[in-house]
Amino acid sequence: MVKWTEEERRIVRGVWEKVDIDEIGAELWARALIVYPWIERYFGSFGDIFTTTAILNNPKLAALGKVVLSALDTAVKNIDNFKAMYASLSRQHYEKIKVDPDNFRLLAECITITIACKLRAELSPQVQATWQKFLSAVVEAMSSQYKLKKKKKKKSRPDQTWRKFSIE
Amino acid sequence: MVAWSDQERSIITSIFSNLDYNDVGPKALSRCLIVYPWTQRYFASFGNLYNADAIKTNPNIQSHGTKILHGLDRAVKNMDDIKSTYAELSVLHSEKLHVDPDNFKVGPGAPAAPRTPSLLSDCLTIVIASKMGSGFTPEIQATFQKFLAVVVSALGKQYH
Repeated sequence: MVKWTEEERRIVRGVWEKVDIDEIGAELWARALIVYPWIERYFGSFGDIFTTTAILNNPKLAALGKVVLSALDTAVKNIDNFKAMYASLSRQHYEKIKVDPDNFRLLAECITITIACKLRAELSPQVQATWQKFLSAVVEAMSSQYKLKKKKKKKSRPDQTWRKFSIE
Repeated sequence: MVAWSDQERSIITSIFSNLDYNDVGPKALSRCLIVYPWTQRYFASFGNLYNADAIKTNPNIQSHGTKILHGLDRAVKNMDDIKSTYAELSVLHSEKLHVDPDNFKVGPGAPAAPRTPSLLSDCLTIVIASKMGSGFTPEIQATFQKFLAVVVSALGKQYH
């Protein structure tokens, strides 16, 4: 369970208060798709996302940005127990959308950079450190329902090596 | 061999020509040490790094941050051959500074654990983003991160 000091809670809320979900949401996926183009594979049904201009003006991407930030809002307001709240979201990304969980980290980086452009010097090193701790917890919650396949244990056979050395 | 379009070259030279290396370098390095405290292990001889204020005002960190930016400047001026420009620096990082070579791997097959030069380049990206504000567009970010990825890869080349 991630522990938060009063100072950290205050910092996360302070950053979040300055985020305009419409504004930042619109930019978020544009950054992700332009900087990490392989993410396009998840957006087959989003229409034209094949040029920078198309990406920047795609309404479905802007809408999805707002969806992501609304989910982040839930995490900010329930900072002590959002992991359980994110379980079904994580399962959906794992079972239905089949997102490589490494992309959660990339999107988190894009969120931080978009916020850095907006907040500028207000995103001081200490604020950045706390904000990134929060986003790491979000990424972990999003990855929580991803299952590693358990390796089948080989049935152990009695040690037969002594046979090689026995004198017949 | 990394290929650069004319637009990418002009983006990189424009970013760096508008930077005060004495300001941005120290800011990026001290940010790295504060946000990713385990990187302080490489700076044990630099004096007081016990808290954020100490790091931000540490004169050794300030001069080293400036040095790093001047090192990046060499890459900007030799964009077509960053690999051989950085051969000596790569040897320095491997043989003298003993920066873990796992930290230089990029792309698939790279370790999941945080990578030190990538952490520094992430912090530099944030400093540039906060400086340029809305001017740090997605395309500019993509080009800048491509440049830093080439730099990080060149730094890892001479490890053996």
